[in-house]
Amino acid sequence: MSIRERLSGNEAAAIAMKQINPDVVAAFPITPSTEIPQYFSTFVNNGAVDTEFVAVESEHSAMSACVGAEAAGGRAMTATSANGLSYMWEMIYIASSMRLPIVMSLVNRAVSGPLNIHNDHSDAMGVRDAGWIMLFSENNQEAYDNLIMAHQIAEHKDVLLPLMVCQDGFITSHSIENIELIEDDKVKEFVGKYTPEHYLLNAKEPIAMGPLDLQAYLFEHKKQQAEAMRHAKQVILDVSSKFEEMTGRHYSFFEEYKLEDAEIAIICMNSTAGTTKFVVDQLREKGIKAGLLKVRVFRPFPAEEIANALAHLKAVAVLDKADSLNAIGGALYTDVTSSMYVNSKQVPCVNYIYGIGGRDTKANEIEAVFHDLEEIANTGKIENPYRYMGLRG
Amino acid sequence: MKDLIEIRWHGRGGQGAKTASLLLADAAFNTGKYIQGFPEYGPERMGAPITAYNRISNQPITIHSNIYEPDYVVVVDDTLLESVDVTAGLKETGGVIINTTKDEAYLKKVLKGYAGPIYTIDARKVSMETLGKYFPNTPMLAAIVKVSGVMTDQELLDDMKGSFKHKFAKKPEVIEPNMKALEIALQEVRKI
Repeated sequence: MSIRERLSGNEAAAIAMKQINPDVVAAFPITPSTEIPQYFSTFVNNGAVDTEFVAVESEHSAMSACVGAEAAGGRAMTATSANGLSYMWEMIYIASSMRLPIVMSLVNRAVSGPLNIHNDHSDAMGVRDAGWIMLFSENNQEAYDNLIMAHQIAEHKDVLLPLMVCQDGFITSHSIENIELIEDDKVKEFVGKYTPEHYLLNAKEPIAMGPLDLQAYLFEHKKQQAEAMRHAKQVILDVSSKFEEMTGRHYSFFEEYKLEDAEIAIICMNSTAGTTKFVVDQLREKGIKAGLLKVRVFRPFPAEEIANALAHLKAVAVLDKADSLNAIGGALYTDVTSSMYVNSKQVPCVNYIYGIGGRDTKANEIEAVFHDLEEIANTGKIENPYRYMGLRG
Repeated sequence: MKDLIEIRWHGRGGQGAKTASLLLADAAFNTGKYIQGFPEYGPERMGAPITAYNRISNQPITIHSNIYEPDYVVVVDDTLLESVDVTAGLKETGGVIINTTKDEAYLKKVLKGYAGPIYTIDARKVSMETLGKYFPNTPMLAAIVKVSGVMTDQELLDDMKGSFKHKFAKKPEVIEPNMKALEIALQEVRKI
């Protein structure tokens, strides 16, 4: 029997880490993820876990310590947000290129500047090409479930890539909500023991890790990383189905909410998907065929699957909680539209930048987007595909 | 109880409005509901106006925005009435619950024509009489439960007894006064 609880998103992440009981956690506090290492350090202090907690002096060191621990053969985790992730930047790439399956809880927050502590996805979007698997979470439950699944995905021999689990800063990280927890022993069994094939502390196999890699090999190694990211797709599905057997909770690359018979749909990630479900239900009562595609797996990007899931629609809006400042559109939008193009699916597709710096996203704003989509579906015309939602005029 | 009840709390930093919203979420959770309890974070400092929110439902709650059209508003500090539009968007089918000793004429004036029910309670008096200190959040928690009917009085008392026992494990002497504050507040909240 699962355990009925009420927890904030940060509490949920910390409890997941407690149940995973990694060998090393290295972290430096930063709003709004501070509570995760804070709660976790109490678990260390109380003896609830036997993790080595490294209270580092910066995020660069936090990721460096995770790299060292994981290379040595241990299981390492960390948590951060926004500028903390920016400060890890160099080591983020080292972690993925050394094929170290580190797991991070990223509580999404706007990257400075100007200084802002509230939610958007600019931190995650800044590392979208860094070779990390990226999972997004609508609420505390998904932040927890994604972390429980993380190591089985990241450590798989066909993958060996670091993985980050994202959730919205404050909106879910600091909101108390219902959650179903899994019993400790079941999590322990599901996550299993980490037995890396190659690791530094293996006296029987002395190896070097992360040495100089010049013209002769770097290209091939990058190809291997890209290959691993492609392999991750099947592994994510396999682990998700194993998770569903344990919990009854279904996960895939994305969630289709009333999408099958929809004529218009919104695509988005994290907590806004929940608000969109609320709006979809209201519109359905009025006979409007609205739907939602909520992206869970952003890296690897499930291009063909998303293109197929959207192919029957008359108009699509992609909501990006980070502006790419590129005169084209947000990252999710450009990924979705190129997925449609290469898979020869033609659906009018419009982009809305929204929720920047913690600007609250209201149900009536999402409803207005659906009404825009109705108009696009009727006319087939898009005057301006790169728009804003919730921006003051 | 209708399916989704939305509550907005107005208080000042340090008065426990956020804590009260979390206690309400807890109590409603313990009666089997789906709940949300979340503050609106800003530059926090003692005495600054703060807002906190609750959603309570028999169904899973997916919406993740702030609350703009609440069923109920709880005002923990009546000095906010002249500076914050506390009844903004408030449904007239619900009501506003104010910790105050001010009279009806004053309240009607500062609430700018809000036509729904207005409830008052002197949470300071309740708190001073029972706890000997000014902690308005316990009486205000009882007041919102009484007015909104999200649970019965007895469900609240039974649940809070358990919470207080846990929360005040090291200060058992304050459990009874807190329970008393709830009991009195359940009786004292008045519709004007």
